Amino acid sequence: MVTAVDLCGVRLANPVIPASGTFGFGLEMAGEYDLNVLGGISLKGSTREPRFGNECPRIAETPDGMLNSVGLQNPGIDALLNDKVPALRKVYSGVVIANISGFSLDDYVYCCALADKCQDIDILEVNVSCPNVHGGGMAFGTSACAAAEITAAVKAVCTKPVFVKLSPNVTDIVSIAKACEEAGADGLTLVNTLLGMRIDINRRVPILANRYGGFSGRAIFPVALRMVNQVARACSIPIMGCGGVSSASDVIEMMMAGATAVQVGAENLRNPFASKEIVEELPKIMQKLGIEDINEIIGAV
Amino acid sequence: MEKALYTIISNELIADKTYRMRLAGPTGSLKRAGQFVNVAVDGFFLRRPLAAQEWDPESLAVIYKVVGQGTEVMSGMQPGQGLELLCGLGNGFDAGACRHSALIACGGLGASPVFSLAKELIDAGKKVCVVMGFNTAADAVLVDEFKAMGAEVHVATLDGSLGVKGFVTDAIKAAQPQFDYFYTCGPAPMMKAVCTSLEGPGEASLEERMGCGCGICYGCTCHTNSGAKRVCADGPVFKKEDIIW
Repeated sequence: MVTAVDLCGVRLANPVIPASGTFGFGLEMAGEYDLNVLGGISLKGSTREPRFGNECPRIAETPDGMLNSVGLQNPGIDALLNDKVPALRKVYSGVVIANISGFSLDDYVYCCALADKCQDIDILEVNVSCPNVHGGGMAFGTSACAAAEITAAVKAVCTKPVFVKLSPNVTDIVSIAKACEEAGADGLTLVNTLLGMRIDINRRVPILANRYGGFSGRAIFPVALRMVNQVARACSIPIMGCGGVSSASDVIEMMMAGATAVQVGAENLRNPFASKEIVEELPKIMQKLGIEDINEIIGAV
Repeated sequence: MEKALYTIISNELIADKTYRMRLAGPTGSLKRAGQFVNVAVDGFFLRRPLAAQEWDPESLAVIYKVVGQGTEVMSGMQPGQGLELLCGLGNGFDAGACRHSALIACGGLGASPVFSLAKELIDAGKKVCVVMGFNTAADAVLVDEFKAMGAEVHVATLDGSLGVKGFVTDAIKAAQPQFDYFYTCGPAPMMKAVCTSLEGPGEASLEERMGCGCGICYGCTCHTNSGAKRVCADGPVFKKEDIIW
């Protein structure tokens, strides 16, 4: 049975990847299980300078999901490359995906150029879709022009595969995806969180201190699946499908929609062992469905 | 951290809207008082973080108040039912920081995580004074249990229906306890009052809305004097001098 997949020449032993922001820098779970069971790890989104992020509360629950407004808390690109990634490499030999965010074109280019030179990083994931920061993040990913401009500028300084992580908070994700593909993106990650809100009806205030936050979890799976399918039908570069994946059957479904690899996000927060359990479950469901090679189902629908 | 299915032994009302749930299951991951478990409640996406009140090798107890839909569901659970827990979360209290005598100041359900701490200190031959604050007598929990373990106990209630009328800090002033280290757990304004009014070293157990409860989502980060810290994994217990109130 074949579970290995290929992302632009990078081999993953299986298609399961904890999504950025839901698995820290990998190290946080290194004492809990052998991370080498994972196909890859997408590290917490990193920026040029260290960031605290938004004030708390920055978590709210929803039916079958949650909101977060963490706002890219991270120690900065230097600490990512000098401390976090080397420490992770001591215990993990699978695929490492650096997730880069910024507030200007220059930020993205600066951070991606540095990350590209880091031998322990395999893939760059350019996050133009964080809904929780102002004047950056999602502002780039909701315009085809801006997304393409960032993609081209990053590609000009990188030799490693560059995946652009797109926002679902757009009227036409296909046009943005195509713009990134034309600008040279090697792949796409679809999707980041949907912008949402909850209100404390007793106190008449938003639950999140930042008012709005990114909606993720099982509830968004059909939306993410639809967007992956729309983009897969329009583009020819590989997709990491992300959004509401909570089981091995969701992985299969996401791949049938067109994803080559699948990221597990909010499910890690309700069950920190979720990604590992999904990896373990995957061969069983493949057997049940008569899938000999997982690559045969990519884009089957 | 350990994830396992636990079986409810009992789920009893012990004060106003307040329940103690005893659960049978593995407790090896609980190392220190003040650590917590994260309870998966069917129908709710995120878990409910609850302090371990006490534990033995085969079971543990949590105390919770019905404050929302999740705890409402929990209050209706019956012995024999299964519950999935993540166990052994957070850093817990540093019992070794107290040399001879400790003051434990707690408010409301803050009495729960310091319960095992008091027991541990007393078992180590240290003198323990527990000052407990509640809104009203109907909210009081664990008062007799603390007395039974040999702690000196003082109670304050806001309406004066039990013990001294006023805040925990009023009861501390009245009791004048001698201590070389203090521990506090309860509502933030109460802990702030305790930490800013007491001389000498101590630590407090903070609370924040959590995502994962185990340090991977960075959803509950607070500012401290030694940088950004995750309440769930770097805490919930922080030294007095690290906390920015």
